[in-house]
Amino acid sequence: MTYLELTDIEKRFGETAAVTGFNLKAEKGEFVSFLGPSGCGKTTTLRMIAGFEQPTSGSIVLDGTDITYRPPNRRNVGMVFQSYALFPNMTVAGNIGFGMKIKGRSKDEIRKRVGELLELINLPDKGGRYPYQLSGGQQQRVALARALAIEPSVLLLDEPLSALDAKIRVALRLEIRQIQRQLGITTVYVTHDQEEALSLSDRVVVMSEGRMEQVGTPFEIYNFPATPFVASFVGTLSLLPATVVDGPGGRVKVAGQEIRIARPIEFAAGKTVSVALRPEMASLGTSTDGANNVQGRVTDVSFLGSIVRIRVALGGDGPVVALDEFNEPTLRLPAVDETITINFPADGPLVLDREAPIERVEELIAEA
Amino acid sequence: MTGPGAAIGPRAVETIPALQGGVAAARRRRPSGSRLFSWVIFIIGVLYFLVPLYATLEFSLRTKVPFAAYNNVLFKDKNFAGSLLYSGVIGVITIVVSLLIIVPTAYWVRLRLPRLRPYVEFVTLLPFVIPPLILVFGLLRAYASGPLALTGSELGLNALLVAAYTVLSFPYMYRSVDSGLQAIDIRTLTEAAQSMGAGWGRILLTVIFPNIRVALLSGSFLTLAIVIGEYTIASFLVRPAFGPYLALLGRDKAFEPAAVSIISFGLTWMAMGVIALLGRGSRTRIQVAGAR
Repeated sequence: MTYLELTDIEKRFGETAAVTGFNLKAEKGEFVSFLGPSGCGKTTTLRMIAGFEQPTSGSIVLDGTDITYRPPNRRNVGMVFQSYALFPNMTVAGNIGFGMKIKGRSKDEIRKRVGELLELINLPDKGGRYPYQLSGGQQQRVALARALAIEPSVLLLDEPLSALDAKIRVALRLEIRQIQRQLGITTVYVTHDQEEALSLSDRVVVMSEGRMEQVGTPFEIYNFPATPFVASFVGTLSLLPATVVDGPGGRVKVAGQEIRIARPIEFAAGKTVSVALRPEMASLGTSTDGANNVQGRVTDVSFLGSIVRIRVALGGDGPVVALDEFNEPTLRLPAVDETITINFPADGPLVLDREAPIERVEELIAEA
Repeated sequence: MTGPGAAIGPRAVETIPALQGGVAAARRRRPSGSRLFSWVIFIIGVLYFLVPLYATLEFSLRTKVPFAAYNNVLFKDKNFAGSLLYSGVIGVITIVVSLLIIVPTAYWVRLRLPRLRPYVEFVTLLPFVIPPLILVFGLLRAYASGPLALTGSELGLNALLVAAYTVLSFPYMYRSVDSGLQAIDIRTLTEAAQSMGAGWGRILLTVIFPNIRVALLSGSFLTLAIVIGEYTIASFLVRPAFGPYLALLGRDKAFEPAAVSIISFGLTWMAMGVIALLGRGSRTRIQVAGAR
């Protein structure tokens, strides 16, 4: 049964449409992420759920009640901010108990609940500290406990890990997911970090320029991107301009070299399309088991730790394909400017169902 | 000569000890002329403040009996304590009224109406261009008759005095409060409190006020200083305030005004000390990281 429903949400700031045509149905206990570059409207949508912004049109229904125009302090929605937003004049316990105090709970009840939440966030002995005496990760844990203390109908998290360093970010996101599962609380999470969105969420809403590009499970979003934007924004992707040679036969031409696609292509011969290829799909060398073999010139070799990323300009000076090889001591890496053959299976590339505005996609990726 | 010293030349070699010792060492090795100049400026500044103070103190002690002027003012002249108390009470009421007007205004302008900020700033600066004499004449004309005839009673006159002082306090109070609000992320703190169910009143009282405590104290102190020393308005409204008392004392006595000046100076420093003490425990540090 739908617990949180956003219908035809539109938000305009003057002439500018920040969000348009946003529709979402979330189940109780579901973890939904809004993923997209800066300015795509994800935070504005979250703020509309929280009540800090009002939609220009559309409706927001929570647990069967229309809350579209209800003030934020009467929505029972817990919010965690990127900047923690802990009250500097209150102790950790004071911060966590703030919402319960407003609700008129007794002192004993507040003390008990604060204790439970401090245990939950693994800071049992920090109740008497002030926010400035805690690290960034600890402050964000307290902010999470504070939001959970009021037993909110929905938990909203606005890029909560962006201000933290990489290691703490990974540890804390696991904690957030664990706590969310433990409490079974419906959660909406805003992030521009695809890894965060894919690892945390039951479903991901990819947004661009105020629109929903695709809604799906992390598996669907990564493996079956519906638009060139999703394909390029989620994961690393080479977008190659191609011409359809034989649609039903699944054959296209990229930089003068023919590529076979496992699925029929719905466009007529001669049509310009985009072929999307993920780096993990391609390998060095010639394949003899029916995969596509194409030639190109190595333009770059980057060592990324567990993997080595190699960029190859197809046909010598054509579009660039990135491919990943697992790092191992026996790996023989090609030299820059060396002409090599790479291969990828026929079910590796995706032909996107509309002409890809590659420059715009690259622009958006750069902005992200 | 071989080695890096020869390669980079004698000028660069001279700088190496400074680099090794860090910035502090470099500062210690600043030319003595520059240091001397700094000391000269500092001493001139100190003398500028201390010489008049010392002269006043010295003059206040020229009575035949030591400290007679202080004794006369503090223990024999009932008007001193009475006028100081009156001005103190009026000052506290003025501070409360000013805070009740300025804090919600500055908060709301920063939160919801940032475009109005220049206009609000302009309005709060008006007391600098409108002399107190004009203000008090305006008040007397407006409230001497009609439905709001306040000049006919003590209470009415006191209310007019508080109203006038509140206006005079605006430039100082608004700037102090606005600076305090600028130092904290009021938007996010407000939204955090709202999401937990807090209404506007509670947000102001439990979140905003405590986090701009030092700014409020600074504004309050400046307001008190203005009220304690103000002469024109209190005099025209015929109020038994400290300003008119000082003027009267200066007209009639020789050494006592100097003694009162020294006492006022001492009281001012005490008040500043109180602010420093109250502000010391302030926990207004906010770690705001990242961009929205």
